[in-house]
Amino acid sequence: MSRAILLAPFWVWLLTLVAAPVLILVLMAFATPAEGVPPFTLGLRFAAFAMLVEDFYYAEALLAALRLAATTAGLCLLIAYPMALGMAGLRPGWRLPLLALLMLPFWTGFLLRIGAWIGLLRDEGLVNHLLRGFGITDAPLALLYTEGAMLAGMVHAYLPFAVLPIFTALIRLDPALLEAAADLGARPARVFFSITLPLTLPAAAAGFLLVFIPAAGEFVIPELLGPPEAQVIGRVLWQEFFQNRDWPLAAALALVLLALLILPIRWFQRLGASA
Amino acid sequence: MKPGGFVRAMMLAGFLFLWLPILLLMGFAFSADRIPFQWGGFSLRWFGVLAANERLLEAAWLSLCIAAASATLAVLAGGGIAVALARFGPFRGRAIFGALAGAPLVLPEVVIGLSLLLLFVALEGLIGWPAGRGALTILLAHAGFGAAYVAVVVQARLAEAENSLEEAAMDLGATPLVAFRTITLPLIAPALVAGWLLAFTLSLDDVVIASFVSGPAGTTLPIALFSMLRLGLTPEVNALGALVVLVLGSMLALALWLLGRRQG
Repeated sequence: MSRAILLAPFWVWLLTLVAAPVLILVLMAFATPAEGVPPFTLGLRFAAFAMLVEDFYYAEALLAALRLAATTAGLCLLIAYPMALGMAGLRPGWRLPLLALLMLPFWTGFLLRIGAWIGLLRDEGLVNHLLRGFGITDAPLALLYTEGAMLAGMVHAYLPFAVLPIFTALIRLDPALLEAAADLGARPARVFFSITLPLTLPAAAAGFLLVFIPAAGEFVIPELLGPPEAQVIGRVLWQEFFQNRDWPLAAALALVLLALLILPIRWFQRLGASA
Repeated sequence: MKPGGFVRAMMLAGFLFLWLPILLLMGFAFSADRIPFQWGGFSLRWFGVLAANERLLEAAWLSLCIAAASATLAVLAGGGIAVALARFGPFRGRAIFGALAGAPLVLPEVVIGLSLLLLFVALEGLIGWPAGRGALTILLAHAGFGAAYVAVVVQARLAEAENSLEEAAMDLGATPLVAFRTITLPLIAPALVAGWLLAFTLSLDDVVIASFVSGPAGTTLPIALFSMLRLGLTPEVNALGALVVLVLGSMLALALWLLGRRQG
């Protein structure tokens, strides 16, 4: 009985700040946009969803977002695995400082790091300055507002999230297994491919998903570093909401994004439960 | 297992990739040139320009206040949620409770921002509170997702320690409240501090959710920075970056030194 009273405020908290918003989001997706404040009238219409199906612009935005998320997560994994391997192989005394070095960029502010990439890549930026200084190019290369700039910013922002689970799995690996394999005559490469890699594969998958899930809804990096045509779902949702003031369409886009992410999220939760 | 040369080189390259843009941003903060990332001789003029930018300073102060208040609220809510999940045993709706507690960790930012804005609009229509959007709605939104992160950190700490200490205390006659205060609370105190810092940083760094739930009166530092970066980069941003990294870096170095001293 007293337990129910203790739980009550937390139920109110979770139902108000998590459950209710998502339910209202569903209601909104079936409403109709209207002139006025707030700009909608409630109802049960499928107009927003019909628009998502009819206009290929939205399907392309979804595909572009999934492609960006998968490319980012794949690149992060390629860089993160050897990084984690190197970190785990050092003396334990090095681990804490290296972890700090890995996580500190995360604490320095996401927008400031994007600012750094703008400063490096724009026409009057450092990279173009150096290229001209060494006589490699005459005119500035268009580096900013390209796919490459967007990917660099994405990988830079999300890389630490891919390193952490792999690093944790590597230092938890039983050294006896590796020693046994080496004693039985396996070369280092063989030990890596038949023991280290298979045992840390779930952690690598977790690292991939830890990047993929937030990257799929990313808005800020495509907006500030990417080309205008990189219309990912996060950007389209933002424009429908802030510029077109079409709240039902924005809500429908949010629901579609959620539906696409359910499988990766379930997979991530299963990996977390087994670890 | 000794890392080979290739692995070492990749690790160094990875850290260089992470740090080089940040170090360059900091270094060029001390350049006199009005074009960012161009060296025009050593100068502190951009720190002066930054200090005179009242709009940015006001936004920074608002951000710090929102971050501190929302992190405190997040610790209270998230800490309670974690204790309920780890120590209350089975209760009705526990699975839903747990799913709701973890949902903000996996929902995309644009979805959280939009859905919370719709909640605030609906609440204003139904009960008249919160009236309008601004600092208060940003604070509540940040507390909502900050609590999810605090709950994870505290739950991990509670999972490490078995329930047996609390049970022993209660077997010896302690009331649940006394057992909580003398055992559970000291046990989770470090996790509460870590969770507060995490929620504080997340709040200070958020531009997407804040943009959705803020009105004209709620310009936080990230919202101001975002609109500056949309127009391009100014040397003031370099100066701001240098300040943030220096302050955070020295705080982290201090924390590491304290940790190392306690262990040694």
